[in-house]
Amino acid sequence: MRPKSLRVLIPLISILSTLAVSTLIIFMAGRDPLMIFEKMFQATLGSSYGSGQVVFRVTTLVFTGLAVALPFQMRLLNIGAEGQLLVGAFASAMTGAMLPASLPAVAAISLCTLSAMAAGACWALLAGVLKVRFGVNEVIATIMLNFIAQGLTGYLLTYHFAIPSTVHTAPITPAAAIPSFGAVTGWLANSPANLSTFLAIGLALLFQIILFQSRFGYEMRAAGLQPEAARYGGINSGMHTLAAMGIGGAAAGLGAANIVLGYRHYFEAGMTGGIGFTAIAVSLLAGAHPLWIFLSALFFGFLEYGGLTVNALIPKDIFMVIEAITILLVIAFTALGKRFL
Amino acid sequence: MGIAVRLNAVSKMFGSFAANSNISLSVEEGTIHALVGENGAGKSTLTKIIYGIHQPTSGEIAIQGKTVRFTSPREAIKAGIGMVHQHFMLVPELTVAENIILGHEKSRLFRSLPLKSAKALIRKDAEAYGLAVDPEALVASLSIGEQQRVEILKLLFRQASIMIFDEPTAVLAPSETDRLFATLRSLRNKGKTIILITHKLDEVLAVACTVSVMRKGEIVGTVPASSVTKAELARMMVGRSVLLRVTNPPPTPGETVLNINKLGFRTPKGEERLRDFTLKIRAGEIYGIAGVEGNGQSELLQALWGLAPEGTIISGDAKLNGITLIGKSPRKIAMMGVSLTPENRLRHAVILDYTVSENLIFGRHRERSFHRGIGFNQPALNRYAAEMISCFDIRCTLPAHQPIRTLSGGNQQKVVLARELNRPGISLLILAQPARGVDIGAIETIHKKIIEARRSGMAILLVSSELDEIIALSTRIGCLYKGSIRHEFSEEEVELKRKKENEFEKEIGLHIT
Repeated sequence: MRPKSLRVLIPLISILSTLAVSTLIIFMAGRDPLMIFEKMFQATLGSSYGSGQVVFRVTTLVFTGLAVALPFQMRLLNIGAEGQLLVGAFASAMTGAMLPASLPAVAAISLCTLSAMAAGACWALLAGVLKVRFGVNEVIATIMLNFIAQGLTGYLLTYHFAIPSTVHTAPITPAAAIPSFGAVTGWLANSPANLSTFLAIGLALLFQIILFQSRFGYEMRAAGLQPEAARYGGINSGMHTLAAMGIGGAAAGLGAANIVLGYRHYFEAGMTGGIGFTAIAVSLLAGAHPLWIFLSALFFGFLEYGGLTVNALIPKDIFMVIEAITILLVIAFTALGKRFL
Repeated sequence: MGIAVRLNAVSKMFGSFAANSNISLSVEEGTIHALVGENGAGKSTLTKIIYGIHQPTSGEIAIQGKTVRFTSPREAIKAGIGMVHQHFMLVPELTVAENIILGHEKSRLFRSLPLKSAKALIRKDAEAYGLAVDPEALVASLSIGEQQRVEILKLLFRQASIMIFDEPTAVLAPSETDRLFATLRSLRNKGKTIILITHKLDEVLAVACTVSVMRKGEIVGTVPASSVTKAELARMMVGRSVLLRVTNPPPTPGETVLNINKLGFRTPKGEERLRDFTLKIRAGEIYGIAGVEGNGQSELLQALWGLAPEGTIISGDAKLNGITLIGKSPRKIAMMGVSLTPENRLRHAVILDYTVSENLIFGRHRERSFHRGIGFNQPALNRYAAEMISCFDIRCTLPAHQPIRTLSGGNQQKVVLARELNRPGISLLILAQPARGVDIGAIETIHKKIIEARRSGMAILLVSSELDEIIALSTRIGCLYKGSIRHEFSEEEVELKRKKENEFEKEIGLHIT
């Protein structure tokens, strides 16, 4: 079989098997799977608020999924999207809170977004520098940086920036808020879905072009596939490692902007809720392809929010189990596909 | 004499691809039977079937007259078959004796190994067949030739009567090759049956009794080695007449292009790999460096291409048209007009998952003529690829979509050569092992292109472990031994001695060992 059709077939088989397994799990938990699925669809696609929630989550997942996917094309595993998301969120919330109220919206949004991107990029670059300069494995480095990001933002929030008797910072200036869909078009009213979604679409397209159409991507993928050959071809793979991590981190920062500027308008403890880890799953299911990341993010965004809506009937932890099973199946089927097809 | 191995209409299919089709073959007991053929002709598959690694799709195998059907090498070993693989199957951390008895310890779990009796047996075998190795030595401390002897001793220890050798001389120095052949002959005299896989026709004629030629999964002929010539064998292998030696018209060298002066190379660990290495190459000549692998060839290439590992101490100088190459990056060096085909094609010269077209510009992707916007100019790229493919006779179907991984070694090498020979503004071409893993038919094309490049006025540095290639192509020859040029043959000497190739090979052999 052609590798190209495999790339589509394997995720498809994985998702179908996941549906079968989740049906079984829900059944064993003593509920009617069909009823649960029906309720999930009603609560998400069936209401404009629910759809908006899904769109909002999918947007963050696309940004963070891209943050994992770009380094992955260089065979670098960025486990640190969560940490990059956290520092990005903190940076944009702080910037937003400090900006003068008189600043026009375009400037305020740009400044806050840029600070989120810069913070995410710097955080990821730390891991890149450790890798290139000292040979520290990027998996270990990004995991450790996740802990540091959590500790650091937690400390700064609790001891310095939290509004007394709350767990969040002061709100950003209203000009820095990214307009919601509802405010601009009337669609998905009152939901957290905001204009960042368009940015996510644009970014995925941009990543696709950079990776597969540009000379930069040609060099980067070559350096990922065969680093030694790349050296012979005069390609500086250290530079590409830094670029992949840095650009990835900046994408995670945009995910943070979606949450802070588009919805919550402040930084709050635990606001990222592990979405940076789900991003790894999103990227893996999509085979680290920027365009497939949309479908993959849609699947996981639906599971995450859908699971939340039926929490009263069935514990949402079950959906975490289902997400993990999907990923294990993708990995297992990919290995099987390589061996038998 | 009986028949040691008889194959009757054996076929092996991988999916719809027939690696072996309808092969019938008889190997007489007590003979050396050579199996020759180009890469991918099915030699390895056939031996793997005999050794039990693969099972035939159809057909019959009889060992010593008994029909067998091996499901694993373990059964083949039991039936008295042994194999010396091209890449040795030894544990470097264990001693020679421990390696030899590995898998045949004949002692119970948690009891001590019967090493003493094993050593005595090993010493006896070693003496009988001229396989001197110290049974107590660590395998890691042995030379390649010695490691091969350990592999042969392993087979003797297991009392194998049928021994399969897969390209045994690929890794050996000329003197070691002679020694191996002496061992093979003494094994044959003691009644062992030997199946020898090789693509070096000289060796076949020197040592084999019978030769079977394979082409495209079939045996195209089995002949006594005494009744054929090299040219006839080559013709059988390729299916058409092949020029074994390209015509090499007299050169007209010009100005000095590359001037290497007292180059020294010390690894970060402090080992000296090049010492006082000095040579000059003029435009329009090919300087051949003959030498056994591991005498500094790789380090010379690393130094010239700016890829010496961090911490290496390089002394002396290497100048291209008066400008030093040392301390520059591969990218800078390429921009100065140097082109390189690396030693290790698969690891260094191509990106296996990239298409043929993409590989044709790999390393040259910064050239403006291929660019458009932030990407590549596809029509220009396709035109260039089509031109290279027809000019270098690269056999492929869909250059813009086919990964280079799917091409044969010879065609991959043609891609690399096409790319490197056509770099704009090139004055020095460095060719490392240009014919390694390449079929005879493709070697002809490659050698012709190299001579053509020389005639166009490039200075060419040729590094090869194949002496016949060095002799066929070089204008001057330097013999590399332990990091320095030990002897240099001048233009006149090479011209004169080329006519008596065998003697010349022996003479070079003396200078490189």
